[in-house]
Amino acid sequence: MRPITMEKVETTRQEILDIITSPTLTHEQKLTNLAGKADSLLEVLDLPEGLEELLEPVEGKQCICDLFEGHAPMRPRYIVPDYEKFMKEGCKFLQLDAPKDFFEALNHLLIMYKHVPSITNYPVYVGALDKLLEPFIDEVDEATAKKFIKMFLVHVDRTVLDSFSHANLGPEETKAGRIILECEEELEQAVPNITFKYDPDVTPDAYAVRAIKTALKSAKPSFANHKMFCKELTDNYVIASCYNGLKYGGGSYTLCRLILGNIAKRAENIKDFKERVLPYVLDIQARYMDARVRFIVEESGFFENHFLAKEGLIHRDRFTAMYGMVGMAEAVNILMEKEGKNFRYGKDVEADALGVEIMEQIKAFNDSHEAPYCEATGGHYLLHAQVGIAQDQGISPGTRIPIGEEPEELIDHLKHCSLFHKYFPSGTGDIFPVEATAKKNPEFILDIIKGAFQMDLRYLSFHDKDSDVIRVTGYLVKKSELEKFKAGQRVLQNTTHLGTGAAKNGHILERKVR
Amino acid sequence: MSGLVAPVNRIIPFSAVDGPGNRTAVFLQGCNIDCKYCHNPETRALCIHCGMCVRKCPTGALQLVEGKVHFEPAKCVACDTCIKTCTHDASPRVLWMTVEEVITEIKKQIPFIRGITVSGGECTLYPEFLTALFSECKKLGLHTLIDSNGMVDLGVYPELLSVTDGVMLDIKAFSEKDHVMVTGFTNNQVLKNAAFLAKCGKLYEIRTVVVRELFDPAGVIESIAEYLCAYMDISMLRYKLIAYRPFGVREQYQTYESPDVSYMEQLKDIAIQVGFQEVIII
Repeated sequence: MRPITMEKVETTRQEILDIITSPTLTHEQKLTNLAGKADSLLEVLDLPEGLEELLEPVEGKQCICDLFEGHAPMRPRYIVPDYEKFMKEGCKFLQLDAPKDFFEALNHLLIMYKHVPSITNYPVYVGALDKLLEPFIDEVDEATAKKFIKMFLVHVDRTVLDSFSHANLGPEETKAGRIILECEEELEQAVPNITFKYDPDVTPDAYAVRAIKTALKSAKPSFANHKMFCKELTDNYVIASCYNGLKYGGGSYTLCRLILGNIAKRAENIKDFKERVLPYVLDIQARYMDARVRFIVEESGFFENHFLAKEGLIHRDRFTAMYGMVGMAEAVNILMEKEGKNFRYGKDVEADALGVEIMEQIKAFNDSHEAPYCEATGGHYLLHAQVGIAQDQGISPGTRIPIGEEPEELIDHLKHCSLFHKYFPSGTGDIFPVEATAKKNPEFILDIIKGAFQMDLRYLSFHDKDSDVIRVTGYLVKKSELEKFKAGQRVLQNTTHLGTGAAKNGHILERKVR
Repeated sequence: MSGLVAPVNRIIPFSAVDGPGNRTAVFLQGCNIDCKYCHNPETRALCIHCGMCVRKCPTGALQLVEGKVHFEPAKCVACDTCIKTCTHDASPRVLWMTVEEVITEIKKQIPFIRGITVSGGECTLYPEFLTALFSECKKLGLHTLIDSNGMVDLGVYPELLSVTDGVMLDIKAFSEKDHVMVTGFTNNQVLKNAAFLAKCGKLYEIRTVVVRELFDPAGVIESIAEYLCAYMDISMLRYKLIAYRPFGVREQYQTYESPDVSYMEQLKDIAIQVGFQEVIII
């Protein structure tokens, strides 16, 4: 372990005191933040030369961001337990036999959620709830099933305290799934986030419309291109956290992101960017991720000692890591300016073509980089269009078109998405607030989803522009909770804090309404 | 393809409000009646090339070329100054388009749309154009709907009907007197079309704009139910009740009261009582 300066110690001590005395952080939020500060004093990773300068959090300059994973990761960032195995076999560590009935099934899941670690300290994946509950659903009458599922969902919303927690439904129609969709429509809650795996050949139209109606009330579920994910990750995949495609029973060790706009600023022109600046940063981010992965696997002891691994609820060899990027729009616009050209990303074909070239370069790099302990995904990381963080200013998520510059017509926006979604097996997505008229014609949304998935779009979210629950970037907030937090009150969910920053810096309340 | 052209007011690529699912909506210019509450009065007439709008256009998108108003879409910023200036219920932005040109615009939305709806103005003023357009749409596998006031006898266009999946028909009032009051014209043809379309299974939905000052809306609903019962099972028919709103309406007719939600709900109950099952309030 390398030494650190007293200056760093003193700064950290002050930050710790600020956390302890904060009027707006809840007890749980304080604990999480304090743990982060403790970890920040360690220097144990074998860091690549040149990283420090690229990682330095200076606004407008930072080129690589490690998303607050800390200096000594003690667990993988995203963990995706095999809840089906848990439901079949129970869990010795938790002293639970397999659930015998519907009520035990719900209770088992709620217990398990309190013991699944992740970067957020809450489970980023809470299971394919329809498939987990369907075997028990006919044991009780429908009214009882609905009452208990509703209580279950309220329990999750009030105890899993951030909306990076994700449940999956579909693509098959199930009674449990339908009841969950009905409950979520009535509850209008931010947690859990939900993805509907949609496959037009498997999902009946009426069931998809049922899901869309819920989405237009509570901003979830989002819709994932099931065929596309199956082709890349096999059908043994899940959507976790924001919209991350990961292997079931595995997860992602880490996620770092390139801040492409700031990287582009270092280049003299497009040629310089492609030949010198970008390759340099791509390599350093990859080697930084390699170091993080090695520490988690070889030194943290997580996989040797955590009950999830010991009992086969997760498997080290189903993990991978996510090679992330943000700010494609800014990078393209900056490079076009440097070339003296007036082409804008999301508006001009020349700019979009440059975006695609940059993506191809990132993909080619990733395909050639041998990533440690990623045999689950062919020995390489998975590309990820990161959705941004609250502090991001002038940095558009992933390959999204900046808010305020969206094309006039939705069709043009979707066609732009179709250029980029295919590059990101571990997640990307676009968000479309719609007018209330769509509620009277949910098939309108269904047609868009069907068309989009034929055009290689991966992941789409819709919400009514007037709903209380809305999608921020990849997670959900209640506008009413944002207002409370802005007024200086404590709020239950961590993501409300992030949503407040995203509203201020990322203008997420100003998306073009369709 | 045919050399037919029609005046196109505009094409909305994605519409959630012109029939089932996502559709491209094509609005043709020109109407054969004069509804007091018309929400798009600028679609009523064809441009007479008086040039008034040319002088007001702030971006030079309109020019007088050899005595005709010429529109350059690329310069237009959609400020609607021309529409506000026009005293003839017309629009200088109308483009005379061939079937092929309209199809090119529609194809851009495939595979995101399930069909198209042609509206107006009154699109049945161009039956040959519609027939040719819908025939092409059918080749593309698109669902086709006509949005009409029913004033043109559709019974004499069997070829058009053969490529039309349905007609969304306005029944603006039931008695002749009321219809004249609302539109300036009698409605014998509208009712004849309603019966004809009902019989041949092409009546997709009927609509009534609710303006209490002009007619008795409840009476209209009851009369329509009674009239159509003879031709079809009206429980299969969708009835859309549209609350009058002043937006877009010509100034002299903006004084009608907008019916409130509870009144519209009462009308919906009446519609359900008389046998309609799918009643939508807008």
